[in-house]
Amino acid sequence: MLEIKNLHARIAEDGTEIIRGLNLTVKPGEIAAIMGPNGSGKSTLSYILSGREDYEVTEGDITYNGESILELDPAERASKGIFLAFQYPVEIPGVATMQFLKVAMNEQRKARGEAELTTPDFMRRVKEAAEGLKIDPAMLRRPLNVGFSGGEKKRAEILQMALLEPTLCILDETDSGLDIDALKIVADGVNALRSPDRAVIVITHYQRLLDYIVPDTVHVLYKGQIIRTGDKELAHELEANGYADVIGTAA
Amino acid sequence: MNIQTNQPASRLTAAETALVDAFAAQIGELPGNGAVTGTRDRLLDDLKKAGLPTRRIESWHYTDLKNLLRAVPDRVAGAAIDPVAALVKGATVLSILQGQADATSSINGVTISAFRDQLTDGSAMAGLTALDKDDAIGRLNGSFVRDGLVLAIAAGAEIDAPIELQALHGEGQIHTRFPVSFGAGSKATIIERHQSAADGAALVSSISDITLEDGAEITWIILQQQGAADTHLAQIRAKLGTDAKLRLYVVNAGGKLVRQELRIEVQGEGAELTLRGVNLLGGDTHTDVTLVLGHNVPHTNSTETFRNVVFDKASGVFQGMIRVAPDAQKTDAKMACNTLLMSDDGDFSVKPELEIFADDVICGHGATVADIDRNHLFYMMARGVPENKARGLLVNAFVAEIVEELEDEALVEPLEEIISVWLDKHA
Repeated sequence: MLEIKNLHARIAEDGTEIIRGLNLTVKPGEIAAIMGPNGSGKSTLSYILSGREDYEVTEGDITYNGESILELDPAERASKGIFLAFQYPVEIPGVATMQFLKVAMNEQRKARGEAELTTPDFMRRVKEAAEGLKIDPAMLRRPLNVGFSGGEKKRAEILQMALLEPTLCILDETDSGLDIDALKIVADGVNALRSPDRAVIVITHYQRLLDYIVPDTVHVLYKGQIIRTGDKELAHELEANGYADVIGTAA
Repeated sequence: MNIQTNQPASRLTAAETALVDAFAAQIGELPGNGAVTGTRDRLLDDLKKAGLPTRRIESWHYTDLKNLLRAVPDRVAGAAIDPVAALVKGATVLSILQGQADATSSINGVTISAFRDQLTDGSAMAGLTALDKDDAIGRLNGSFVRDGLVLAIAAGAEIDAPIELQALHGEGQIHTRFPVSFGAGSKATIIERHQSAADGAALVSSISDITLEDGAEITWIILQQQGAADTHLAQIRAKLGTDAKLRLYVVNAGGKLVRQELRIEVQGEGAELTLRGVNLLGGDTHTDVTLVLGHNVPHTNSTETFRNVVFDKASGVFQGMIRVAPDAQKTDAKMACNTLLMSDDGDFSVKPELEIFADDVICGHGATVADIDRNHLFYMMARGVPENKARGLLVNAFVAEIVEELEDEALVEPLEEIISVWLDKHA
């Protein structure tokens, strides 16, 4: 489904290389966890996958369903089914949440050649998804993410994910800033979306989230490369011993 | 010896000559008694002597009218213009078509008359003045004004339905006045709408002379949608009495050359001014909003917020002068001017000025010029919203925030609709 081959990428502005020969394959239905210490390139990888302009790919390729996505802008990638749940969702004053959800859903449908949603159909979908995530309807009447607490923002991200029905979900440190109850709600939301044709990449610093979203594969990212791949036991090993052992072995 | 020979005062530009000639041709038929006619003569003579203002005149520094006003269209009398639907459902429309007012409507609590009658009987004299030696708009309008609507809202009257002053025109010269007085404790919403109804260049001058007696609470919305070849020279003169509240909203979404002067005197204690502006600039146009606000007595407050969006080769200006008189203690004034620059070829000049002669006041101003926030753009695109659409939504949000402060759906919705139609056309 997703294939990253010998990827090299740098910050466009100053040329700092962050990703240095990264290889990763994610299959349909797979939940892949990417772990690693601070500064290893985890968030950068999520931005590069979603097409942020601030990064330049200098070598290698990213293919999605067999097709290179490097030339696609973020909106085109999104309409192909790639979704990034932001670590820090931005607040956008003046843009109503409901209006934004409707525009995003319909623009993706348009890009895929599907008919736009009717207003009642749209309202029903939002209502159902919001209930599952225990999102207060009052929140949806506010401007996008404005004044949301950290936990509300993360839940709003998962709400968008549920509504947009992506085929590749990238969760960038979705557990950061969440208390245990909020973490469970978010994890339940993600698990509800598990399906044989949808893959999830969970980027996290801690093993805690992986108790709730159980990964099929765990990859350790260090200095822009995947230095070790294993199953969920690897996450427990990292939790118990820290990254030093794995980094030491790889070096 | 200081000799400036490049532009002798005696040499008139084509536009200045056209104005002088137009006046000579029209003076015989312009409405007015002897005193009015004498005043017109004097104002035109002053205009001729001073010439149209250039960048050497400080208040016109960013709008060199002499240079920008290249031609003056001939007057076109009796062009057939049809009124359009009211901006707000249920509003009472009073129309001024091709500069000619229809004062036959009646509204409970409001006395309505045509300004031409005030010119004829001489009662218009008090307003036929230039506010200062550089008041080119006061002179131009005072020389040529033919008609307009005079409204007197009775003390204590609460006018529920908005009143729309609908000024529509085709090509030609249009010079109008709107003297409106709001009696003590009255409440009303006025929509002053300037719109071109046909192609062809027009020169429009318009002065609204607004007086709020004690305790009046008024919302006044100016919607300027002139044509792509039009020059719009406008002035709002407003005076606020004790405890009066004026919400003044200005939306500029048209015109080739626009100067909108806001001359506001807060002269009663406890008075409050809420001034908001949205300037949508595109094409090869020039729009100048110049505010001169006097806080003349103690215990008054005001907020001024302008949001500007600049596309193409458009240029914009905001000059905001706030004067706080020596004994106007406890004045609270906050001014902000934020601009989204959507094109490398566009520009926007901001000149805030505070002249504070009192020592116990809170006055502040801030100005920003920025592009769309890249983090916002990326976030929206990452959700599948194409770049153009995302930019449109973000620009819309930037100005919609101001309009939404009106907190009245009946007013907010049509204004937002006009803004989004304009943005769809220009983005």
